Amino acid sequence: MAELKDKIIEKYTSTENLNNGEPVEIKHIRDKAKEYFRTFGFPNRKMEDWKFFDSKPIITNDFKLVTEKQEIEKSVLNNFLIQDLKANLIVLINGEYSKENSQIITERKNLFIGSLKEGMKTKPYILGKYFAKYADYNADGFTALNTAFAPDGAFIYIPKGNLLKDPVIILNILDSRKSKVLGQPRNIIIAEANSDVHIIEEYYSIGENDVFSNVVTEIHTDENANVQYYKIQNEEANAFHVGTTQVFQERNSIFTSITLSWGGSVTRNNLNSYMNSEGIECNFKGLYFLTGKQHVDNHTLADHANPNCNSNELYKGILADESNGVFNGKIMVRQDAQKTNAYQMNKNILLSDTASINSKPQLEIFADDVKCSHGATTGQIDKEQLFYLKARGIGEKEGKKLLIFAFANEIIEDIEVPELKEYLVNRLNEKLEKL
Amino acid sequence: MAENNENDEILEQLVDGEYKYGFTDNFELDTLPKGLNEDVVRFISKKKEEPEFMLEWRLKAYRHWLTMEEPKWPNVKYPPIDYQDIIYYAAPKKAKKLNSLDELDPEIKKTYDRLGIPLVEQNFLAGVAVDAVLDSVSVATTYKEKLNDLGIIFCSISEAVQFHPELIKKYLGSVVPAQDNYFAALNSAVFSDGSFVYIPKGVRCPMELSTYFRINAANTGQFERTLIIADEGAYVSYLEGCTAPMRDENQLHAAVVELVALDNGEIKYSTVQNWYPGDKEGKGGIYNFVTKRGICYKNAKISWTQVETGSSITWKYPSCILRGDNSIGEFYSVAMTNNYQQADTGTKMIHLGKNTKSRIVSKGISAGFSQNSYRGLVKVSPNAENSRNYSQCDSLLMGDKCGAHTFPYFDIKNNTSTIEHEATTSKISEEIMFYCNQRGISQEDAVALIVNGYAKEVLNQLPMEFAVEAQKLLAISLEGSVG
Repeated sequence: MAELKDKIIEKYTSTENLNNGEPVEIKHIRDKAKEYFRTFGFPNRKMEDWKFFDSKPIITNDFKLVTEKQEIEKSVLNNFLIQDLKANLIVLINGEYSKENSQIITERKNLFIGSLKEGMKTKPYILGKYFAKYADYNADGFTALNTAFAPDGAFIYIPKGNLLKDPVIILNILDSRKSKVLGQPRNIIIAEANSDVHIIEEYYSIGENDVFSNVVTEIHTDENANVQYYKIQNEEANAFHVGTTQVFQERNSIFTSITLSWGGSVTRNNLNSYMNSEGIECNFKGLYFLTGKQHVDNHTLADHANPNCNSNELYKGILADESNGVFNGKIMVRQDAQKTNAYQMNKNILLSDTASINSKPQLEIFADDVKCSHGATTGQIDKEQLFYLKARGIGEKEGKKLLIFAFANEIIEDIEVPELKEYLVNRLNEKLEKL
Repeated sequence: MAENNENDEILEQLVDGEYKYGFTDNFELDTLPKGLNEDVVRFISKKKEEPEFMLEWRLKAYRHWLTMEEPKWPNVKYPPIDYQDIIYYAAPKKAKKLNSLDELDPEIKKTYDRLGIPLVEQNFLAGVAVDAVLDSVSVATTYKEKLNDLGIIFCSISEAVQFHPELIKKYLGSVVPAQDNYFAALNSAVFSDGSFVYIPKGVRCPMELSTYFRINAANTGQFERTLIIADEGAYVSYLEGCTAPMRDENQLHAAVVELVALDNGEIKYSTVQNWYPGDKEGKGGIYNFVTKRGICYKNAKISWTQVETGSSITWKYPSCILRGDNSIGEFYSVAMTNNYQQADTGTKMIHLGKNTKSRIVSKGISAGFSQNSYRGLVKVSPNAENSRNYSQCDSLLMGDKCGAHTFPYFDIKNNTSTIEHEATTSKISEEIMFYCNQRGISQEDAVALIVNGYAKEVLNQLPMEFAVEAQKLLAISLEGSVG
């Protein structure tokens, strides 16, 4: 069986005109990314950053590459919608924009919420400026692959001073009912000065065959902008996911990310923020709740390049059965970044003998006037807390559930969209029931 | 305040605080030409009058070394090392056996005196037996008889190879196999000498054993090999201290230390490392690439304490394999880098047995243009029920041109274990400095005071004599880093 890399290269060299009609600078970038991918292919475990990530089931799989545009029945789609949530909805099916299912409710001058393809036509100058500007396609094969060949994705452009009351949902559905699927959405989110937006990026899969999503999201938060970014992974057990979110922050902007991983079989999340100016706040929060043989690998980088910025990171893991979690968080404080406050914490609960965790919280500090700390803990459910509950008539099973719920809820409760929060709490309870 | 006197002393030394141990003595050396091949390995083995099995062992290591590549992953930078440009054997020529200290070559004795090693004083000062290593060959071993009475073997490793081959066969390479890593393989092939300690069952070694290492011949790579075995219920505390003369060329130091603590045994291994760190521009200095590892059987304990102030590059991870149930591993470290020094150091705690405990306290101090990294691994295997780890690694930064890095790795495969890790990075706050200045403590003194306080948790673990030396070393290394 030919490896996925060869197959991809072969397939795409025979279809030259894949991304017709794009600005030349983008075409140029895509060519360079193609070249990188051709030369280096997928990363392997010998690379430090990919040490704990087993990409073998992905790169030896024969995913179908270019799928003809697919639509999805309304009844199926409804399963994935959050009740009562009034929001802008971008639906991406196998990485391609589905106009029929999407619904944009916010109308503002110059605002754009829609597909990347459409954006290339109506706002080519903006996309020419931001496409692949932050996510380095020379960093790894997955990003290069996406940069080279991503056919579509979500494009969100919030002009200066716009505060969006209703969140924007990017709903990714991978439909493998007909064949194995590789979806490659490319999302670009630009929040201009003084704007405010909540983005919800969701992933679901349907169908019997394996699916693989290789996603790159680039986010630009301009001066004083406030972006809340929630990534929720709800895929089925036959799903593979590699996602890179690259954030670029300008002066006094706030970026908050909450990543929830509880679906999929093999998942890799890269989340990087570059602080390009002063007074920036950057929050990374994450929860991974794994059962069965799930594997989730979270990589984060808070890159303090300038003085007076704060970053705050908290990742929590609940690992049951034979699951394996990886946390690799890095705080980089560059030489100019004096008066930095950076905090990083990783907490894990192992629920079974066979679950495991690899945690690697890192600090790299080149400035002296900083306050940085990090911590990592791994343990089990506290026996004394459990005893306390038992003494008050709460059974072992219930008590455990209660404690795990409290542990996980610390992440969920920070979500600022009440409908989404409620939905996630219900999902969490469902997961706890099955434990 | 008792510390005041100490501080005065420190201050005096600061006035002429250039590297004070930088001098070269001339006595004839039995030196091999530069380069490494099988003949060199054979020559060393023959020179040491080693039995056949050792030669085989060395050759096997050498052949394996040839197939290996120099590792590139640490957070340090240095020009490539030409392994054919190193002299692999150099020994003082008149290395005949001595019965008493008086027979010692006056040249050598002078060197020791200038280093401040209390070889002579020892006879009436309590309790330190020094196995002095001068350019790879043990020259004098004191207190041997006293130790002999207890059945303790404390000798050079070459002697051990000759007279205790059964112990060597059993334990050499049992903790750090010859194939373990690039530098361990190199060391296994060409190690020239080192120390060997064996404490028999149930014996508590009555004194601190200590070896002063010293590099003396130019262009000589030092390949020390240390093997310490504490048999069941035995206890030993071992000190290792280093100084080296001033050099322009970089010297490679690739030592291997192996500790074996059998059931209920305990080994305490303390290091004060003060190899020549290079001058202010970062020229010269020692490359200290060391493999140190200990294995603990049931209820055994190994404790590593290190104070690293020297070497242009320090790259070492004293590790504990907690194999037996209820065994304990400890690691206390102060790593101080100044000017252009680089350090990538830390530990590995491998929990294999049940109820194993480990504790890591690492204090990094970086000043000048130096880079200081902590890299540690805590690994809990699926069988290590109820294992416990606590790690704390703090960094102190002085100046805005230096870097402090933390790379902890946790690999946890058991759900009954509890792992905690904490790290902080900060600088000496202006308020504290102001407080000291206000009370008439000068800038430099205040820094020395604060740093010693910061490192106290680790320094407290050192034996008395070392603790004083270590405090001075910290102050000397810090000199010129303020302002």
